[in-house]
Amino acid sequence: MSAQFDVLVEVSLRPGIADPQGSTVERALPALGFDGVEGVRVGKAIRFSIEAGDEATARSQVEDLCHRFLTNPVIEDSRVEVTRR
Amino acid sequence: MSARVGVVLFPGSNCEHDAIEAVEALGGKADIVWHGATSIPGVDAIVLPGGFAHGDYLRPGAIARFSPVMDAVRRFAADGGPVVGICNGFQVLTEAGLLPGALQKNAGLKFLCTTVEVRVDSARSTLTSAASVGDILRIPINHFEGNYTCDPATLAQLRDDECVVLRYVDNPNGSIDDIAGICNKAGNVVGLMPHPERASDPLLGSEDGLVLLRSLLAGGVRR
Repeated sequence: MSAQFDVLVEVSLRPGIADPQGSTVERALPALGFDGVEGVRVGKAIRFSIEAGDEATARSQVEDLCHRFLTNPVIEDSRVEVTRR
Repeated sequence: MSARVGVVLFPGSNCEHDAIEAVEALGGKADIVWHGATSIPGVDAIVLPGGFAHGDYLRPGAIARFSPVMDAVRRFAADGGPVVGICNGFQVLTEAGLLPGALQKNAGLKFLCTTVEVRVDSARSTLTSAASVGDILRIPINHFEGNYTCDPATLAQLRDDECVVLRYVDNPNGSIDDIAGICNKAGNVVGLMPHPERASDPLLGSEDGLVLLRSLLAGGVRR
């Protein structure tokens, strides 16, 4: 029996890779009165659903998809959330 | 016999006619190759031109890498055929794994459209064989994601193998080791951010790109 899983993939730049977008956002915050915010990193969120036999299979397919397409492993990491619908 | 160059057209490419014009000005022949083609018969060299292939969606080059034509490009490259990726074409080649590393957003988060000086640092590639190490060329850049990066081991390998073909004299985008262009170990696959086809006539403000395109037409490493 296969089931439907909702997937959230969070793509972020790997630690050590400069994130000019994140630092620009961080620099803008004090001007709006938000002090003390640090470590801003900007990434992307990708949502989709996938059909698979079980959660482990769904997760391993999504991780493969992340590695081969959704991220560029040279500069990006991903975090995967899989939830049974 | 004049060299025949296949210029790959992805949906969103926009420098294909500039490349054709420059190749023909040097006496070569150039044909557009649609990205859906599964073979590229009868060409001596392949150019992946600048632009925004597949809208640069997800990441520049990420989707172009799966275009049917890329299998043909991969086979041509594996056979020693000269392949040059200019700007977006460079991004496609890194995403396709034909060149190492990746191109990230410019350090200053600015889209750069200006003419820069680059130095030829290796003449062993198909794009630099007619140039001399130390030559300074004035060539336009036009990119948002041209900040080359790779891990330290890859960088050391690139240096050891003399695969860094062009370096910026005054680094405009934060590229590691001032890298503007690299080649694979065999020297027949080259990627560069500057646009040599836009420096191919005095009317364009520089013809320093011609020496690079002439190298490509001469067959570079292959013949």
